Amino acid sequence: MKKLSARRRHPLAAVVVLLLALAATGGLYAAFAPAGTAKADETAQSLAIEEGKKLYTVGCASCHGTGGQGTTDGPSLVGVGSAAVDFQVGTGRMPAQQPGAQVPRKKVIYSQAEIDQLAAYVASLGAGPITPKAGQYSPDGADIAKGGDLFRNNCAQCHNFTGEGGALTHGKYAPNLANVSPKHLYEAMQTGPQNMPSFPDTTMPEKEKKDIIAYVQAVNSDRTETPGGFKLGALGPVSEGLFAWVFGLGALIACAVWVAAHTAKAKKS
Amino acid sequence: MSTATETKNKKAPAGERVADWADGRLGIYTLAKANMRKIFPDHWSFMLGEIALYSFIVIILTGVYLTLFFHPSMNEVEYHGSYVPLQGQLMSEAFNSTMHISFDVRGGLLIRQIHHWGALIFLAAMFVHMMRVFFTGAFRKPREINWLFGFLLFFLGMFTGFTGYSLPDDLLSGTGVRFMQGAILSVPIIGTYISMFLFGGEFPGGDFVARFYSAHILLLPGIMLGLVVAHLILVVVHKHTHYQGPGRTNNNVVGMPLMPVYMAKAGGFFFLVFGVIAIVAAVATINPIWAIGPYRPDYVGTGAQPDWYMGFAEGLIRVMPGWEINLWGHTLVLGVFIPLLLFPLVLGAIAVYPFIESWITGDKREHHIAQRPRNAPTRTAFGVAWITAYGIMLVGGGNDIFATHFNLSINSITWFVRIFFFAGPVIAFIITKRICLGLQRRDHDKVLHGRESGIIKRLPHGEFVEVHEPLSAGDRYKLTAHEQYEPAELPPAVDENGVERKISRTEKLRVKLNKSYYGDGSQIAKPTAEEYKEITEGHGHH
Ligand code: HEC
Ligand code: HEC
Ligand code: HEM
Repeated sequence: MKKLSARRRHPLAAVVVLLLALAATGGLYAAFAPAGTAKADETAQSLAIEEGKKLYTVGCASCHGTGGQGTTDGPSLVGVGSAAVDFQVGTGRMPAQQPGAQVPRKKVIYSQAEIDQLAAYVASLGAGPITPKAGQYSPDGADIAKGGDLFRNNCAQCHNFTGEGGALTHGKYAPNLANVSPKHLYEAMQTGPQNMPSFPDTTMPEKEKKDIIAYVQAVNSDRTETPGGFKLGALGPVSEGLFAWVFGLGALIACAVWVAAHTAKAKKS
Repeated sequence: MSTATETKNKKAPAGERVADWADGRLGIYTLAKANMRKIFPDHWSFMLGEIALYSFIVIILTGVYLTLFFHPSMNEVEYHGSYVPLQGQLMSEAFNSTMHISFDVRGGLLIRQIHHWGALIFLAAMFVHMMRVFFTGAFRKPREINWLFGFLLFFLGMFTGFTGYSLPDDLLSGTGVRFMQGAILSVPIIGTYISMFLFGGEFPGGDFVARFYSAHILLLPGIMLGLVVAHLILVVVHKHTHYQGPGRTNNNVVGMPLMPVYMAKAGGFFFLVFGVIAIVAAVATINPIWAIGPYRPDYVGTGAQPDWYMGFAEGLIRVMPGWEINLWGHTLVLGVFIPLLLFPLVLGAIAVYPFIESWITGDKREHHIAQRPRNAPTRTAFGVAWITAYGIMLVGGGNDIFATHFNLSINSITWFVRIFFFAGPVIAFIITKRICLGLQRRDHDKVLHGRESGIIKRLPHGEFVEVHEPLSAGDRYKLTAHEQYEPAELPPAVDENGVERKISRTEKLRVKLNKSYYGDGSQIAKPTAEEYKEITEGHGHH
């Protein structure tokens, strides 16, 4: 103590005191203040996980195993992340039903709250892609033209030029992207469902995902302009060829039959 | 009377004077006099060629308009037109100018769509027209050359269409050009050189749009126009065929004179054709290049197909197993090269058929009566078999679209196409031949026993009979006017002097084929007058 009191007038003493004070307040704050909210979060989180686990046990465990470890009927969900669950259950793919080449989109049977709980439970099994926030996937202000270029580069080989969908081998297919919500578009890129490759932020930053979403919404939704008239499924020459044969040539042959049938009759004299 | 003499003293009306002036120099009058009375028989199937002709004219007219705005250049530019989702993208000038035509030229999009729909309809009309000629035997002497002209028009039309389709330099057509280049590369030894020559270096280079452009607007349409004119001249020279019927013989044509009746009809029909194509173009999008985007060799989209007339070539390549042979460090890509060989073979099969048939029949006479398909069962069966093979390949070319839209596996479709490319024509041949023979039998019965009236009569002793209505003499003539070939026979193996006859192998083959055409089981002998008399006069008919 003597030593301490002896140095109390040392020029650096003030600095030391200041540092100590700062450390103390910081430490105190760290010890008390956030602990309250963190606790609250944690309890909400664990509650969600708890609820999610219940839902999971009833609806998913038969295929994915009681702890998400996977069975012969479904893959392991450890590490797939909340985004995968939000996508799979939010588009109605999960729970899967009859086996087939590919699990199809169908009617969603869980509420969004329940989906969040399921997602929380699956996320608790192992870290993975996290469900995106509205700010991440909203296409507002994104560059549509850039998105188009990215789409043609990364997606068109499976989903067609404007996301009308296309065939893959053995009955599998890349679905039509019309009316897929921005969130699910984002999550599909994040998680790469089934035969689709994933496009994590490392290879495709958030900004580019937004551009793609804006492009898909511009060219393949109810708001899409079709300056040329009916787009005939936007499937390209196959539907165009059918249309030309049936409605083009068909109509013309009907005209020919009509013209030939209306012959100038010789006047009876 | 007095008015007539009065006008004589007056100057002739202006129109007449112009006509006189022209006639003095061009000799139009004699030409017109000879041809104004050219006869056109009235039957819708004779108007299919007209649909092709008029759509060709529509394509030329709209094509000329497109040349006013299209820039056949591959220089890279940045897009700043009015279509937002491509704003600021890099593209070739060709693509840029097609975007400009579509969005910023008045009526541009409509004209573009008329041009493209017109092209699809033009080729479809030529196809159907060709099939009409085929199934009615209208290709027989003296019309063989015209058959070839027609076929050549169809063949060149495919390539005119293909080069036009490639001009906008969009991602879809660029993929098609790449596909074609791949096929060229598969040709052993010279493939690489041809490709280098065509594209002026490595694909895609900076030249092919300009080169395709001159082929598309000058070379090919020029040749086609010449062929069309030659085709029409031959139609006039040979006169039209007509279907058999009372008063219609191999030496006349029954129908309407060119002037004025047929001219009015034909003129009206041109506007109908133009109108229908314009309506289709106004209602339905074709080749929406704005949605497809500009070409980049490193991008590709699924659902990349050519227009329908190249669809069967696409099918050949899609369903061909990817075989390869590696020899001394060179690769022979059979998976592409075999389809490339099959492409002309499939088309050539229908083109040379008329010559094969005339060799088999050995018939060197002129024929001006269009046959009913049922009366030439083997030919009809061959035609249907050919269409089946063609159609199956079209399915192969669209296998991905059929897969997604009928919930099928693309692999099963491919296998289906592989098997039925061979089996389908055989099945179609057998079925068609049987149907034709069945129809011949029905004609036979109709002539002898009359038409089934559907009225059932109960005779006094309780028997039920169906009343048959006899046909009119005209109808009977229609069903029996065609001639039937006797099957060929090989001459006896030894001649009258007992010397062994030398019969060439080709002659043996010819007789064999001829028998399969006209022998037992390949045609039903038509009823003879005696048979008819016996039945009608003998025990009455029922
Ligand atoms: C009938 C069996 C079945 C049921 C029930 C089922 N799943 Fe699945 N699930 C599957 C199969 C099979 C796959 C793999 C699909 C594929 O990739 O082809 C899968 C995949 C998934 C994936 C994607 C995994 C990945 O690797 O991205 C998620 C997430 C998922 N399931 C969640 C759920 C949830 C949550 C439920 C309950 C609501 C559920 N599943 C119910 C069979 C099932
Ligand atoms: C290798 C082919 C392939 C590529 C490349 C691909 N996808 Fe997919 N995509 C698929 C398949 C297959 C599915 C169906 C997955 C399923 O049903 O679980 C799919 C599903 C989707 C879905 C879900 C659609 C729905 O109906 O819910 C979206 C959204 C999507 N893809 C967007 C994209 C985007 C954006 C890209 C480019 C960044 C892309 N995909 C690239 C194959 C592909
Ligand atoms: C047999 C005749 C012809 C056929 C089958 C044909 C077919 C086609 C097709 C399918 C296209 C692509 C259109 C598109 O979707 O963009 C095209 C483009 C074009 N054609 Fe033709 N065409 C024919 C004759 C002509 C002629 C005679 C001309 C000019 C004199 C012409 C000028 C053009 C031009 C300039 C383009 C490019 C502009 C564009 O793509 O919009 N065509 N043609």
